[in-house]
Amino acid sequence: MRVVRPKAGLLLALALPALALLAPLPARAAPAPAERTLADIKARGHLVCGVSPGVAGFSVPDGQGRWTGLDVDFCRALAAAIFDNPEAVRFIPQSSAARFTALQSGEIDVLARNTTWTLSRDTAAMNFPAITFYDGQGFLVRKALNITEVKQLDRATICLQQGTTTELNLADWFRTRGLTYRVVTFANSEQTLGAYESGRCDAYSTDQSSLYGERLKTAHPDDHVILREAISKEPFAPAVRQGDDQWRDIVAWTHYAMLDAEEAGIAQDNVERMHREALSPDVKRILGLEGTYGERLGLTADWAFRIVRHVGNYGDSFARNLGDATPLKIPRGLNAQWNQGGLQYGPPIR
Amino acid sequence: MPDPRSTPRWRALVVQAVLVLALAGLAYLAAANAAQKLARQGIVAGFGFLGRAAGFDIGQSLMPYAAATATYFDAFLVGLLNTLLVSGLAIVLSTALGFAIGIARRAENLLVRAFAAAYVEVFRNLPLLLQLLVWYVAVRVALPAPDDPAAWGQAVFLSQRGLFLPRPDFWGFAALVPLACAAGLFATGLLIRASRRAVALGQKPVPVLWPGALLVLGPPALAWAGLALAGHPVPVAYPARGPFDIEGGLPVRPEFAALLIGLSTYSAAFIAEIVRSGLDSVGRGQREAAAALSLSGAQALRLVVLPQAMRVIVPPLTSQYLNTTKNSSLAVLIGYPDLVHVFMGTVLNQTNQAVEVVTLTMCVYLSLSLATALLMNRYNARVAGARR
Repeated sequence: MRVVRPKAGLLLALALPALALLAPLPARAAPAPAERTLADIKARGHLVCGVSPGVAGFSVPDGQGRWTGLDVDFCRALAAAIFDNPEAVRFIPQSSAARFTALQSGEIDVLARNTTWTLSRDTAAMNFPAITFYDGQGFLVRKALNITEVKQLDRATICLQQGTTTELNLADWFRTRGLTYRVVTFANSEQTLGAYESGRCDAYSTDQSSLYGERLKTAHPDDHVILREAISKEPFAPAVRQGDDQWRDIVAWTHYAMLDAEEAGIAQDNVERMHREALSPDVKRILGLEGTYGERLGLTADWAFRIVRHVGNYGDSFARNLGDATPLKIPRGLNAQWNQGGLQYGPPIR
Repeated sequence: MPDPRSTPRWRALVVQAVLVLALAGLAYLAAANAAQKLARQGIVAGFGFLGRAAGFDIGQSLMPYAAATATYFDAFLVGLLNTLLVSGLAIVLSTALGFAIGIARRAENLLVRAFAAAYVEVFRNLPLLLQLLVWYVAVRVALPAPDDPAAWGQAVFLSQRGLFLPRPDFWGFAALVPLACAAGLFATGLLIRASRRAVALGQKPVPVLWPGALLVLGPPALAWAGLALAGHPVPVAYPARGPFDIEGGLPVRPEFAALLIGLSTYSAAFIAEIVRSGLDSVGRGQREAAAALSLSGAQALRLVVLPQAMRVIVPPLTSQYLNTTKNSSLAVLIGYPDLVHVFMGTVLNQTNQAVEVVTLTMCVYLSLSLATALLMNRYNARVAGARR
């Protein structure tokens, strides 16, 4: 018996470096493969989509635990285009700290998580195929203060969530105008809103799209108002890994198909009829009755028809998740079609 | 004649050598893996980022800090100073409060004893995080709204945005005031030594409390009055109402106040227990002997019992001080810009230099703890060596 113990110790000691050798292996075995994403998704049978753990209107689980929101709809549109099934998606909530690592490590196929497209992110082994929502940094203030413009917040105290570009935008904006402000920053949005609501700050600043949701969380949403003005450009775009042009095209054109469908008057409630009747050449091309546009993407001819039938066009998704019919009541604003005074512009499918 | 390779000693050596090699291999693989991952994410390793422009503002700073010109290193210093300020003050306050409560636990008066015991049980047994939130959220909300602050003589204001005090400016001639105060403190120190020596020699102790208070407070008050009479009054900045809330003066922000009060009261409960155990360690005979020397109860405590109790008190007290410094990083949860909040929060997020930021932060806490321990160990060597 006395001999056995050191032997067991030896085995353990030998097993440790063996384990250490194994540990980094999975990371090495999965370098971002070129042009493989679509094939991988098809082989797997579902899309894996990184979303925000909870931003009203963009990605939140509803009462039944089903994910809803503009970002969620985008993932469902991708699944509809690939599988003709909007449910063939697995949603993985991502924290803002872990989101890019999850994409780069291959844990998710696409990151649709109200993420701002910036140069430094674009050059960090990621691509941002299309802007799905134009946002900007805004301010939530108490109505009683009678403030209508951001510059009236000179010498005010402003609550922020730290670690985001919000801090930098705010400093730049006030500094370049020779105005001053005091800042109180918190690690998460609950603390930030709590401090604002309890009177610690005069204003709460973050992306306008989030402020609509934050206002709803206050005890008396009608006592607070979101200033019209935005002090930054926050173009939200889905992100994919660099190096797979086919997948990048599919993600970009899924958004454009939703825009083109809206512009052509193809909506979820009339898409079947449009498909049957298909009067204009535009509609024929979008719905795949003419040409081989879907095939060029590596999808089927009816890819856009599937998207609109299962998820709707961009306007359908916006109205369902953010618009006047929802508690958020976010105006279409910059996200209106280009011919309606907005910036959303779908390149032609031809 | 046994083979030397079969002796337990040899086997133990082999096992240890293999283990060391395995650990070194693990460390090497971890470092290589990290370097490879960082390279893939396009992150340049190194501390060069500290010289880059920070571009963000910090709510509370002990040094001049402006987003326009500050670097990440400035942000690091601001966070470090804020950590030092709150933990240093918390250590002083918790020591004073902890000694008072600890001594009260052995008081003659039942009510005092019961109060002290209740204090210890409440503050020691609730999570610090919970206490911080109570101070920051519950207590702050109970304060007056910012547009209607409580005011005392247009010089002191209190609202949800903080406590606003007049700020005297001790530059130039006015430096006489703090100098006078320092001189008074020094004189009091001499007085305490004289009193101790008298007791050690079996003589009547020199009174310390009232003369000491007079020495510390008297000279600065005289200097203040003298400067005013001489036509060089100490300049004082008074807080005043601004468009949104009180501005100017010396603001004590709610985040700082909540963290300081929370840390001090929590730590004081532990220090009270340490002090009580120290008092209990001194034999009953010592008090009786002090009484026989016609020392009053307070004198006996201060001159006879406490000096002996310190030998038991100081080592655990050191641990408690280290805890206070480390606990100050809970600032993150109530928005006080300490080192972890500023550096591990904002700077880490903006620069993505996770390895460097975390390493530097760990080094700071390690150095602070080691420096505290070093000071306390030297003090401990003195009190432990003290013989009556």
